[in-house]
Amino acid sequence: MTDAESKALQAKEKAEVSTPAEQTKPGLVFTPAVDIFETDKEITVLADMPGVKAGELNIDLHENVLTLDSDVQPPEGAKEVDVIREYNTGKYYRQFRLSQVIDQAKIDAELKDGVLRLRLPKVEAAKPRQIQVKTA
Amino acid sequence: MLLTRRTEWPAWGWASPFAELERMRRQMEQLSGGLSRGIVDASSAGVFPLMNVTEDKNNYYVRAELPGFKAAELDISVTGDSLSISGERKLPVEDEKAQYHRRERESGKFSRIITLPAQVDTGKVDARCADGLLTVVLPKAEAAKPKQITVKTS
Repeated sequence: MTDAESKALQAKEKAEVSTPAEQTKPGLVFTPAVDIFETDKEITVLADMPGVKAGELNIDLHENVLTLDSDVQPPEGAKEVDVIREYNTGKYYRQFRLSQVIDQAKIDAELKDGVLRLRLPKVEAAKPRQIQVKTA
Repeated sequence: MLLTRRTEWPAWGWASPFAELERMRRQMEQLSGGLSRGIVDASSAGVFPLMNVTEDKNNYYVRAELPGFKAAELDISVTGDSLSISGERKLPVEDEKAQYHRRERESGKFSRIITLPAQVDTGKVDARCADGLLTVVLPKAEAAKPKQITVKTS
């Protein structure tokens, strides 16, 4: 087995989540898979949200809590009948508490091919600064 | 006094010693899984990607959630009554100085063949991938469409 060979993708069932507040309309709520990584300048959140259009996605940052909330329309037409159903469609919801202070004015969100890339630049003061130690 | 007793055993004998257990297991799963699932238990050992197949009078619709895939990265082919989808997800390489806090998304190859209930017209299949959702519309072959039969009276 070489490292260069890609492994096969495993099917994962969508994980349901219960939101702190109840929904006004009944429906399923899922938590999207995310990758979060941090560099010196910013924190980046990548979330898999297939089927979400840019207009349906709400991103909220309030008191260091980041909330991703999106509505997803069921893609099936009205006259369609199920033959096989292996997954359900529903809203996506996930909340994160951010430890770093984020510069809210410079947050950048991009939704492409069902993947959300959210860049949260850190406030200037929170960037690590090397302090030179002078020898007298 | 007449005592009526309802038996639920199949009258034709032991179909399988586990048939009764299977029925009970399914009932328990329905109760515990709750109303939100409502699906068959096929997805516990599923193959990526999970797909939904629906139909109306003229077409089959196959949908799969494939976030991060562009149309050009998917390889879709249709034969008779089976649809084959394959591709590979590569996560873009980020900054090498990046420190990961969470890593839940996966990359890798996938390949899946799904068999439809009837033959389709392979020349007219339409596939589109938008916002990470792949929708394949497969028109049913003429022989597979339901035909109304008028009943004559005389």
